[in-house]
Amino acid sequence: MESNFGARNAILGAIRSALGETQSAERIAAEYAALPRGYKRHGTLPEQERLRLFQHRLEEYGAGVRRVASDAIGDGIRDEIAGRLAARGCKRLVIPYGLPKGWLPAGFDFEPYGGNGETGVSLGPTALNRMDGVLTGCTVAIAETGSIVLQSGEQQGARALTLAPDYHLCVVFAEQVVETVPESFARLDATSCLPTTFVSGPSATADIEMTRIKGVHGPRFLDVLLVG
Amino acid sequence: MKPTPSSHWQDRDFPAAAREVLEDSQTRSNVRHATNVIQAKRDAVTGELPDWEPLRDAGAAIRAHSLAHLDYYLVQFEQACTRAGGQVHWARDAAEANQIILGLIQRHHVDEVLKIKTMTSEEVGLNPYLEANGIRAHETDLAELIVQLGKDKPSHFVVPALHKNRMQVREIFQREMHLPELGERPEDLAAAARSYLREKFFRLKVAVSGANFLIAENGAVCIVESEGNGRMCLTLPDVLISLVGIEKVLPRFRDLEVFLQTLPRSATGERMNPYNSIWTGVQQGDGPQEFHVVLLDNRRSPILGDAESRQTLQCIRCGACLNACPVYHQTGGHAYESVYAGPIGAILTPQLHSMEEGRSLPYASSLCGACYEVCPVKINIPEVLIHLRGKVVEEDQKTLSGRFGMWNLGMQTAAFLFASASRLSLAQSLGRVAQKLVVNKEGMIEHLPLLLSGWTQTRDLRPLPEQSFREWWAERTLQTDAARTDSGAGGQATGRGSSHGE
Repeated sequence: MESNFGARNAILGAIRSALGETQSAERIAAEYAALPRGYKRHGTLPEQERLRLFQHRLEEYGAGVRRVASDAIGDGIRDEIAGRLAARGCKRLVIPYGLPKGWLPAGFDFEPYGGNGETGVSLGPTALNRMDGVLTGCTVAIAETGSIVLQSGEQQGARALTLAPDYHLCVVFAEQVVETVPESFARLDATSCLPTTFVSGPSATADIEMTRIKGVHGPRFLDVLLVG
Repeated sequence: MKPTPSSHWQDRDFPAAAREVLEDSQTRSNVRHATNVIQAKRDAVTGELPDWEPLRDAGAAIRAHSLAHLDYYLVQFEQACTRAGGQVHWARDAAEANQIILGLIQRHHVDEVLKIKTMTSEEVGLNPYLEANGIRAHETDLAELIVQLGKDKPSHFVVPALHKNRMQVREIFQREMHLPELGERPEDLAAAARSYLREKFFRLKVAVSGANFLIAENGAVCIVESEGNGRMCLTLPDVLISLVGIEKVLPRFRDLEVFLQTLPRSATGERMNPYNSIWTGVQQGDGPQEFHVVLLDNRRSPILGDAESRQTLQCIRCGACLNACPVYHQTGGHAYESVYAGPIGAILTPQLHSMEEGRSLPYASSLCGACYEVCPVKINIPEVLIHLRGKVVEEDQKTLSGRFGMWNLGMQTAAFLFASASRLSLAQSLGRVAQKLVVNKEGMIEHLPLLLSGWTQTRDLRPLPEQSFREWWAERTLQTDAARTDSGAGGQATGRGSSHGE
């Protein structure tokens, strides 16, 4: 038997006897709905200010941010990607298998990852570690906290993808950037069962004398292309 | 099965343990520096949010609601997690949790596992238990690695090695990683940890974690971290085992919108920590394909039954109360002789031990209330401290030695004296005579005898005045009455006149 029912029932019994009476699901739902939610649930900034805030907060974490005009979608993104990769000295990159082909500039090796055998390969962590970097999109981004949110799937890949390589380049579109944390959850709610990672700057630690040091185990370098 | 080694914390009372720490000026200066830095950052990033107080209110209400219906939400979590391919186990106590985890590890025939920092595993003594059964657990959080390699104990639950400075960390790494040339810059030390652990991340097949939150509605687990060691352990191994206290459940996914604002800002003073991971059960092609959650009670359920101290379980382990506490500031975490230090530790530890251990901890506070002010889920720690002090005394009075102990007799005597004006005044008169033996040349009392000596350990005391307030008042009333009688009707007229303005 996998789980020990004795312990389960003993714990649930102890909780019930400590709490006293148990409520119906309807009562609990009604009580939950009445919980105070007086905090800010919607942003108020106009779009350009919101994007500037996002850029500023990311830069404070030590991430690089490049703005790309929205009318340049297509060649613009591809050229910017080429520029960033060249500047970072990256040649071989892993990409989620569903990344738009139009983003990929010539002159670099892109290894599609995941999906079925035809769409991409599955690399072990050691192979991923040998990659120069990873290029992805995102699901949503948060201006107030300078965060990008990745969900497992075609454009953002399995979680290991954005973890083992030392460099992460992430393409974020203006309409993906919300101002507040609650707005990001409103967008994530429908896909909340997918593996989800909030990334706020490159990996860091402050464990030694509270000095923030970039880059411990996750990617040490993070660039964001902000389109729009 | 070998028995669980008992907690590796000794059982001294707080004053005794604190005295030792207070003599270590290096540790004190390290603790002071670190807590000052976090406090200042925390104040800045909480101060910039106009809705910080509503966020605290919402956080407190969500946590209180979750606890009030804990059985309901735990069952919901269990069902959702199982549906998503996870396996849920229940552990009544530390021994049961350790046995379950060991069993799961042994099934995979490995003798090394990865660990993400988890205070809950510290609480059950998992590492020594695994060690005793031939399994080496590698701590992967930088601070936990420092603590583990230094054969030390964590002193803070967000920054466990905050009592060590860079030179001390370098010494440990040089010795344990065989890196005699290692530099002392934090960058060098972090790089050493990176290369030391990287090979282990890629090689080991089983990881053990804690969790910050469980989500009842969809069975998700959330872990908040900085370095990426958490992501390594949650993503790369084949098997993941998460040990989680039963109190950590939240009703809905969207409740995280509150805690992912309040937790990072309170814990490290950042708007958001570098990484938050949220996952549900098993996802094909992404991450461990075998996932276990071990739900730990370990004397949490009885706390739910105590209306005044139930709020203790609202804690989200941000550590803000440690950084804000003037006592922790002076002593650091080790003086608490407990996995959970600081103000929250002072209320959590004795309750997790059914008031049998950590009985001096509710007294390790000046009740200044700084902890309550910074708490992101508004746990009224001073209120619970006083409640627990009451419990300690009540329990004491049940034993013979407690009942006839100096403290109880002294307090009973005080209660007897204070209950009657005439008894109090008699005691004061006696005190005035007796104190002649202890008042020094400057007119102060430097040392009180016996039971009272604690009071003069760190301060001088003024002697009882020649006249008590009651005596002075009685005398004054007598004089005024005499004066009024002397002046006759004139006095009464003045009295009426003075009330004119009413």
